Amino acid sequence: MPEDVNKYLPLSKPKIGISGKTGSWRIFAPEINYEKCVKCHICVVVCPEASILLEDDRPKIDYDYCKGCGVCARECPVGAITMRRER
Amino acid sequence: MSGRRVIIDTGNSAVAYAVKDAEVKVIAAYPITPQTTIVEKIAQFIEYGQMDAKMIRVESEHSAMAAIIGSEAMGVRSFTATSSHGLALMHEMLWYASNARLPVVMAVANRTMGPPWNIWADWGDAMADRDIGWIMSWAANNQEVYDFTLISYRVAEDKRIVLPAMVNLEAFVLTHTSMPFEICGEETREYLPEYDPVWKLDPDDPIIMGNLFSPADTMKLRWDMWESMERAKKVIAEAIREYNERFNRNYEGLIKTYKMDDADYAILSMGTIGEEAEVATDVLREEGLKVGTVRINFFRPFPREDIIKTLNGVSKVIIFERSSSIGASGQIMQDLGQSLLLEKMQLDVNDVFIGIGGTDVSYEDIVNVVKKAIKGDLAPLYWYGSEGW
Amino acid sequence: MVTVKDLAKMEDLLLKGNAACAGCPIGVALRTTLKALGRKTIMFVPACCTSVVQGIGPGAAISVPLFNTAFETAASVASGAAAAAEILGKDVTILAWAGDGGTYDIGLQAISGAAERGDNVLYICYNNQMYSNTGIQRSGATPLGAWTTTTWTGKTEHMKDMGMILIAHRVPYVAATSVGYPDDIYEKVKKAKEKKGFRYIDILAPCPPGWRFPSDMTIRLGRLAIETGFWLLYEYEDGELRFNGYTKLVAEGKREFKPVEEFLRLQDRFRHLFEPKRRDDILEEIQRWIKERFEWYLSLAKI
Repeated sequence: MPEDVNKYLPLSKPKIGISGKTGSWRIFAPEINYEKCVKCHICVVVCPEASILLEDDRPKIDYDYCKGCGVCARECPVGAITMRRER
Repeated sequence: MSGRRVIIDTGNSAVAYAVKDAEVKVIAAYPITPQTTIVEKIAQFIEYGQMDAKMIRVESEHSAMAAIIGSEAMGVRSFTATSSHGLALMHEMLWYASNARLPVVMAVANRTMGPPWNIWADWGDAMADRDIGWIMSWAANNQEVYDFTLISYRVAEDKRIVLPAMVNLEAFVLTHTSMPFEICGEETREYLPEYDPVWKLDPDDPIIMGNLFSPADTMKLRWDMWESMERAKKVIAEAIREYNERFNRNYEGLIKTYKMDDADYAILSMGTIGEEAEVATDVLREEGLKVGTVRINFFRPFPREDIIKTLNGVSKVIIFERSSSIGASGQIMQDLGQSLLLEKMQLDVNDVFIGIGGTDVSYEDIVNVVKKAIKGDLAPLYWYGSEGW
Repeated sequence: MVTVKDLAKMEDLLLKGNAACAGCPIGVALRTTLKALGRKTIMFVPACCTSVVQGIGPGAAISVPLFNTAFETAASVASGAAAAAEILGKDVTILAWAGDGGTYDIGLQAISGAAERGDNVLYICYNNQMYSNTGIQRSGATPLGAWTTTTWTGKTEHMKDMGMILIAHRVPYVAATSVGYPDDIYEKVKKAKEKKGFRYIDILAPCPPGWRFPSDMTIRLGRLAIETGFWLLYEYEDGELRFNGYTKLVAEGKREFKPVEEFLRLQDRFRHLFEPKRRDDILEEIQRWIKERFEWYLSLAKI
């Protein structure tokens, strides 16, 4: 089959960062105070962006993609996450 | 399952046999006259164990087309059939089949759109869908109905094409009229290989179909469809040639010409009117008029080159159309017009609307009109019988 | 019951850097749903915000096969795919994932057809109670009094009860849940996955731009909706209706619903009910409707 056949189909492949580094959308950035953090992992589960990762059982924010919605800070049961204005 | 044999049955049965012989695996359909006996027969094949397929008895034609788009996207050969209002309801999903490059096949029992209620033949239902990227054939007899259905699968699924195909057969004149035709049975396998999709929904290789695309990328998608449809002219001709050899048929190609070699005047039409025109041709020839007939078997892709070639040397073309693009002309006329312009050719043309709303068309009607046209007594755009209205 | 720690460890099949708004409930609902279903899932998505969340091709922010389809066809395209999966003998979950416009309104006929036929489809509606993707228009799921761009002074009718429509089809599984409770979403999707036939889950999805609240309140409002009885947590399974979570506690008389105002006041789509002039007529009607609806459910439920 010649290669130039069906070159353009309306198909996509999975891609992280399809809208670029969405961290640039952020106005407020979450900051985790690890002294307060009780490692409950609620922030990981409720993050709408899937941009809080687990590293050695500790939540770690992926600032490349975090849009700064603040859900993690709002839901943290011990107030270990605060939102800091970035711009 | 057996091999080739001749049976006497309706056009709708011919579709059902072709779908069975093509080993279609998913059929989704909704009842509408005069299509219904196609899916009734397929349901019978399945329930009586003569066909290994799944039938989805959907709640609308829109869902019928949607469902076979879903099954085809999973990589399974699929089919539906409809008519008139059902086809109109499907309209949106016809775009999904073509733009998503899903080579489904559908039979359309050409019927008049209402109001008023009218269940008889008219090409207008399918003509409203001619710009979507579907391959479109028009059959003139039950043998063609059967053969075009199989050829449609072969061409639609060809990796050089990957576009859906519509097989048109006129209401009652073909759908409910019995005549002998040969079915290919299990010999079909050799002609129609197992469906090997260009893309499919498979968790082992996740593909996302049809998310947002940029204008520039979308234009490339349409160009690819355009190129594929252009290529289809060659692929259809190839598929017909192989069909002829394998099953002992003698189809000419995307068009069928009759006594065109020395013709001064050409009749151009499709479907059953196109076949009736061959009888008219014989009658007119007996009267000393050098008439020939060109019948369009495949309307999409439009066989521009074939038609222009055969019309070379003809002084007048009389088109017979069972539909009209109200406010413009007939649809065949429009496509002949674009063909002539592109080939820088000029021809004297009459466009005749006949058989609209399912009125009968006999060879005598055609003979009368052609004679008038040759005499120059016919308006360029003429509604048959309208002088009495 | 799945724990938060379990959920946190599971693989994400909705990918970061997608095109969703900040605080979008789809992120929570879809992440959790795909954690429950795993990679052997094929999605059918009609016109809705999820069409946009995927981003611009030829990439997409999702790791399972997905077919973007016409507005009214999530159920019907999925029906065809389910038939194909059966023929191929493929062990996959056929997931129709649609918003409330595509579910309550334009897609209702196809859903009813697929449900009546018992097609092997898991249909999940993420319900933000309006046409959010087209710019916040009223849908059949919009509640009484809510501002939308086609109901500037507030919707004059109550929301349709889609769950009850599905229960009337006697399908194997119907559930309602909320983005406020990812663990409840997970459990319900997991349970639905194990069942055959047509299954329906309605996930209430508070939408920051559509409901007019700050983006950090998505989860909180998902919970308040339940705590005020504005939305119910329930499951209909094997012909029986049962409540879950906070709704169950209320049904058992262990808790009471909070006044609905606590939920409404936090959303500017209801601001005109409080200022410049308090609309007690509408507020009382919403409160009455919550009570009447819950009593209707109670009358059908096994507690």
